[in-house]
Amino acid sequence: MKQPIIQLSGVDKFYGDFQALSQIDLDIRTGEFFSLLGPSGCGKTTLLRSIAGFETPSAGSLHIDGASMDGVPANKRPTNMVFQSYAIFPHMSVAENVAYGLKARRLPKAEIQKRVSEAISMVGLQGFDSRASHALSGGQRQRVALARALVLKPRVLLLDEPLSALDKKMREQMQSELRRLQRAVGITFVLVTHDQEEALTMSDRIAVMFDGKIAQVATPQMLYGKPCSRRVGNFIGMMNFLEAKILGTQGDKVEVDVQSLGKVTLPLSQAPGGVDGCHSVGIRPEMLSILAEGQTAEREIEAVVSEVFYYGDMTYYDVILPQTEALVTVTMRNTAGRKVLAAGDPARVGWSPVALLLLR
Amino acid sequence: MALISPTLVFTLLMLAVPLIMVLALSFWTQNYLTLDRSFSLENYKTAWSEPMYQYLMARSLKISIFVTALTVLLAYPVAYFISFHVTPKRKAIWIFLITIPFWTSYLMRIFLWKVILGYNGVVNGSLMGLGLIEQPLSFILYNQNAVVLTLAHSWVPFAILPIFVALERVDRSLIEAAEDLGDNRLRRFLRVTLPLSMPGVIAATIIVFIPTIGDYVTPRLVGGPNGLMISNMIELQFKKANNAPLGAALAISAMVIVTCVTLVFVWMNRKFMRGPK
Amino acid sequence: MRGKGYLFKWYVALFLVFLYAPAILLPVFAFNDSSIVSFPLKGFTTKWFEVLQSTEALHVAVRNSLMIAVTTAVVSTIFGVLAARASTRFAFPARRSIMGFIMLPMVLPEIIIGVSLLVVIIQLGFDLSLFTIILGHILICTPFCIAILSSAFMNLDRSLEEASIDLGQTRWNTFWLVIFPLVMPGIVASLLIAFTISLDEFIIAFFLAGTEPTLPVYIWGQLRFPQKLPSLMALGTLLLVLSISLLVLADYFRRRGLKKTGIENSGGFL
Repeated sequence: MKQPIIQLSGVDKFYGDFQALSQIDLDIRTGEFFSLLGPSGCGKTTLLRSIAGFETPSAGSLHIDGASMDGVPANKRPTNMVFQSYAIFPHMSVAENVAYGLKARRLPKAEIQKRVSEAISMVGLQGFDSRASHALSGGQRQRVALARALVLKPRVLLLDEPLSALDKKMREQMQSELRRLQRAVGITFVLVTHDQEEALTMSDRIAVMFDGKIAQVATPQMLYGKPCSRRVGNFIGMMNFLEAKILGTQGDKVEVDVQSLGKVTLPLSQAPGGVDGCHSVGIRPEMLSILAEGQTAEREIEAVVSEVFYYGDMTYYDVILPQTEALVTVTMRNTAGRKVLAAGDPARVGWSPVALLLLR
Repeated sequence: MALISPTLVFTLLMLAVPLIMVLALSFWTQNYLTLDRSFSLENYKTAWSEPMYQYLMARSLKISIFVTALTVLLAYPVAYFISFHVTPKRKAIWIFLITIPFWTSYLMRIFLWKVILGYNGVVNGSLMGLGLIEQPLSFILYNQNAVVLTLAHSWVPFAILPIFVALERVDRSLIEAAEDLGDNRLRRFLRVTLPLSMPGVIAATIIVFIPTIGDYVTPRLVGGPNGLMISNMIELQFKKANNAPLGAALAISAMVIVTCVTLVFVWMNRKFMRGPK
Repeated sequence: MRGKGYLFKWYVALFLVFLYAPAILLPVFAFNDSSIVSFPLKGFTTKWFEVLQSTEALHVAVRNSLMIAVTTAVVSTIFGVLAARASTRFAFPARRSIMGFIMLPMVLPEIIIGVSLLVVIIQLGFDLSLFTIILGHILICTPFCIAILSSAFMNLDRSLEEASIDLGQTRWNTFWLVIFPLVMPGIVASLLIAFTISLDEFIIAFFLAGTEPTLPVYIWGQLRFPQKLPSLMALGTLLLVLSISLLVLADYFRRRGLKKTGIENSGGFL
């Protein structure tokens, strides 16, 4: 049974008149890799810093490991943080950086040395002990920051956009590194990012935030497959939206008239955010397909290709649906033998009502 | 915050209080050895109406303006050279070179100008040696020109630095964009580089103009009887003439005039900058 | 190289001659075997330096100046550190006005400052002395120190302080272990600038001097006597050499400091 190690309840944060956080209720479970995901300015960093102790909530409560953090300063909390800029002390070597927190606790020299070596090995920087920090690459600096924080054995590790400063290849490498590290160490990681791909690949659960509020908390699969609103669906991956009018509900089903696609009956489970106020239907591009000669699907519609984007392994087709001229994107994998269409070609688009989501 | 208080308190005590006292002093009068503390505008009347003081003030302003103009004009090309025509590695060395002469004693530097410009000085010696003149020139020393030249020499490193900093901040790609759009060298300079470096020029102007009015040593040493400035008179009132209130009034008046001129200059610049863009 | 660059080089060359002219003359006349400071030159001698060695009044003035300069440098830098840290890190009410006020001495003519301090001291009945000069010098040096130190503090990554706190260190120790070492180049620069300004400062020292002269005041007194001039040239040469050495030393330490912390070397103290 996983107990929540971090509990936020009713947390608000105001800067003057500006509200950065609004009624945040969140439980983060022990040992999980948790991400705070959202666009710039959504409050995710403010939330992280509030957990760390660098911001004080204007209202609400924060408990870590069951203890209230009210009045507890950052240097006394059981959390440690990896900063976006890594904040490696430039005038100290790698080993001195990693030892910094241990020295503050006044541990005996021998023990410090032992733990520092262990931490440096754990992040894969063996032999770098006496290297000067300014001679390190971005990826190496990040590992030093990780070692420095983990050596203190915190209950929670907080990471503020740790991968944003790295180039693509390095980022992918570090993503798997971080996952591996988290599993090896077993402590709770809370990561802040604006990159939804990053959050999806690394996390056990994700909290999506917009405008200081939490929009949805779910596993990556749930978040992708059943977003609770248009905004969430649009933020995670790509989604097509068609206008929809609710015609009526009967028991656990709802009847909807969808732009271009016509009338469909959907089970309530396909309205993850509830039925009230919904006037859009969302469908993921990979849930649509361009049917080849002789192929059939549960439902079909005749469309015209407007634009083709070739990506090597995938092709994205922008197609125009009949009657309402709605534009949707269809993704097709470029398997052997599959014909690649051109702009202006007619296309038979296949779809299934199972893939539709009724969204607010 | 508590951090700022020591510095603030010190400055308040050492600057605000004395300035207020000088202001107060300017409204009192000195009768030989006694100080009459009753409020009086006598000193200001003297300062503003007596022709000698008016003349001195006008001359001081004139000299300062000339010095400032000359200094900035001399400084700008040098700053431009270091910013645009020197490799980045060497820039620090050039700046260093520019500031070295500044590290000679202020007094000696001015005195040395006396040596250079004097009757038996370097200029005359070389000109005569080259056969260009028969008699030594006597008009190059002990007058306003000498004061202007000496002051400009003293202040030019101070002017180069802010202009250099401003030029360094000019985004080179803006100049390249101007070239791409068809401007020749001169136009690029006038339309892009110069306006963008104006903050540095203004800073240089203020750094040079304001303290120059108060310069005391230079007019004394190389100014001759016609090169004295208002600060010499202020000093005189405080020391030999024993009329501190008058000195105070002169000082305050000078400051007011300087501030006004500076504000007018800054205002004019704002208008110029907002104009044709 | 295009035409304009060529013109520039000539201008700059001439400019440097103009700039260095007085400074070059110092050693020329310091070693000149003539009691008159003018051309033509008469021969080589080091006797003027020997004269300096035996002039007691000079030594007193030098001691006074050094004492004042060191005190001024230290106190101004302390004030500067406090003010720069406060203004770059915290937002306190009326910050702009307060900082503007503290920086005011930088643009006021020294004579105004000298005059005002003189008035206050006399009105309050105190005596003029070296202490009063120190006060005056601190007043004018602090703005320069603040300018230099503000730049140093601004270059400090704020997250370094937070990282130190996050790792469990106290605020006090964070200052000494993290902030202080990283602004050290700025502190060194500040000390040197204040020291140099104070050492060479004449007007305020002249106004506020009691019976004990500082070096510039001493020089001023000597300028009136033609026979003292050659030895003054020797003195000037020594001061020049000393200043340059100090600056070179300071720059060396600054570069070393930068190397240690890996910050990019942008050149110059300012």
